[in-house]
Amino acid sequence: MYKLTTRTRAGTATAIAVLVLILAGLALPAVASRGAIQDLFFILTMLTLAQLWNLLAGYGGLVSVGQQAFVGIGAYAMFAGVILLGWNPVWAILLGGLAALVLAIPTAFFAFRLQGAYFAIGTWVIAEVTRLLIAQWKTLGGGTGTSLPREATSNILGTDLIRALFGVREAAARDILAYWLALLLVVVVTGGIYWLQRSRLGLALAAVRDNVEAARSVGVDAGRLKWAVFLIAAVATGLTGALIFLQTARISPDAAFAVTDWTAYVIFIVVIGGIGTIEGPIVGVIVFFVLRSALADYGSWYLMTLGLIAIAVMLFAPKGLWGLISARSGLHLFPVRRRLAGPKIEGGN
Amino acid sequence: MILRLDNVSKSYGALKVTDNVTVAVPRGEALGIIGPNGAGKSTLFNLITGNVLPNEGRIEFLGRDVTRAPAMERVRMGVGRSFQIPQPFEGLTVFENLLTAAAFGRGGREADMVDACAHILDETELLKKANVVAGTLSLLDRKRLELARALATGPELLLLDEIAGGLTEGECKALVATIRAIHARSTTIIWIEHVLHALNSVVERLLVLDFGRVIGIGAPDEIMASREVREIYLGLEV
Repeated sequence: MYKLTTRTRAGTATAIAVLVLILAGLALPAVASRGAIQDLFFILTMLTLAQLWNLLAGYGGLVSVGQQAFVGIGAYAMFAGVILLGWNPVWAILLGGLAALVLAIPTAFFAFRLQGAYFAIGTWVIAEVTRLLIAQWKTLGGGTGTSLPREATSNILGTDLIRALFGVREAAARDILAYWLALLLVVVVTGGIYWLQRSRLGLALAAVRDNVEAARSVGVDAGRLKWAVFLIAAVATGLTGALIFLQTARISPDAAFAVTDWTAYVIFIVVIGGIGTIEGPIVGVIVFFVLRSALADYGSWYLMTLGLIAIAVMLFAPKGLWGLISARSGLHLFPVRRRLAGPKIEGGN
Repeated sequence: MILRLDNVSKSYGALKVTDNVTVAVPRGEALGIIGPNGAGKSTLFNLITGNVLPNEGRIEFLGRDVTRAPAMERVRMGVGRSFQIPQPFEGLTVFENLLTAAAFGRGGREADMVDACAHILDETELLKKANVVAGTLSLLDRKRLELARALATGPELLLLDEIAGGLTEGECKALVATIRAIHARSTTIIWIEHVLHALNSVVERLLVLDFGRVIGIGAPDEIMASREVREIYLGLEV
């Protein structure tokens, strides 16, 4: 008699648009310049990191300031796979995910004993300790870092095919491959988070975010859920880190574990766009990219401007730009609301 | 017996908030708990639900020792509770609040819980507002949601913590009628309440707590006539 519905017209339209965008994205290297591909690679990897941080903070209530630990360890594991084990860089990316998982388990063990701001600081401290330890790894360049060997970068899986397909040079083929992998990663991560939200676990995550004690009182295992979210985010962040440094082909502890690049900017993207929604980081990364392009030549003024914008958004639009758009239009591109349909029910929410 | 507490005690440092409590609740009974503020009523609830673990004593639910069992396990065994201050999942709708409780409290697929949730919403007069975000509800509706969400877990034992507090006389009457209907289906109820006329119209026995100790248990008329209870709880000089 009663029915549960989640489907909306906007959701169906979004699904079609996303499919078209993915296909267009795959075909884009045929017409786009190398610079455009590199810009898109940056946007896609930052979007992936932002969706993952949003999963942690926006859905799981885990405000981590130490996600650079997983970017860095993922990148270094990929370098170790290539340099020490002789793996092809594409396969070595998977090693990045595995290394991030191995680091995430003890990190969660210690950090979950802390709450709120202490959790945030704790994750940051763990990331710094990891950076200092990695800087002692002389085989991978110690504190000054290292580059992927020439024979490895010239022999990356799939680049021969890309060169033949698009008639480009080796470096450009590597960029295209990295871009396609970034596209794959962002689709899997965003799609995975959306699936998670629409699954039974999505309800549990929302319940824990809203009220942990009440969530436990209805049988939600809040502790296990937080572990799951933290580990999933760490693995995907590790894969993203490995991919980012596959594209640059050069690594150093300061670059791989940079709190500004891999956490502060990511938090900015999520806060500006709108925390706790899938649409928010998408809007946020576009705004971030535009600001970055426009203000790149202004040195520290660039960072101060980002900070001021973030403060203004937090004060006047705490749900971010997407929150404003959604409140005015009632639009939800990725609908997750379960609606009860049947007799005697009023429509609105 | 559905619930049995044997010599249960809980202390925070030197402060004993539950002092050697022994009580047995038969299946299908409605038991009221009264006592002055700070008597340890909510702590006793937390001990039964597993949110707090006792220092001494034993707690049995459905014949099984649950003294050390975590709260989630007790929910799945059939202990449902409401909170004194309503704690809805504010970002979820009323229906989603129930769906979460049903899916995790009973364990099952969302799609299989829809009719049961709709039935509970109807019974608690929330069906019209099923798709309303819980954070926007009035106090009465938040109280109803507390009750509805606890029911959605499929409880054999329902613990109600001051669910009538802060309501108008008319609102209170409507809520009591709902609780009576739930009790009529032989759901066991333990109810902490300061609104005595509401409580006494439902429960078969009253338990009085003071400084964590049970100072009386019995039929509501007998308890209300007790000299000790009148002095301690009602503040009357006799």
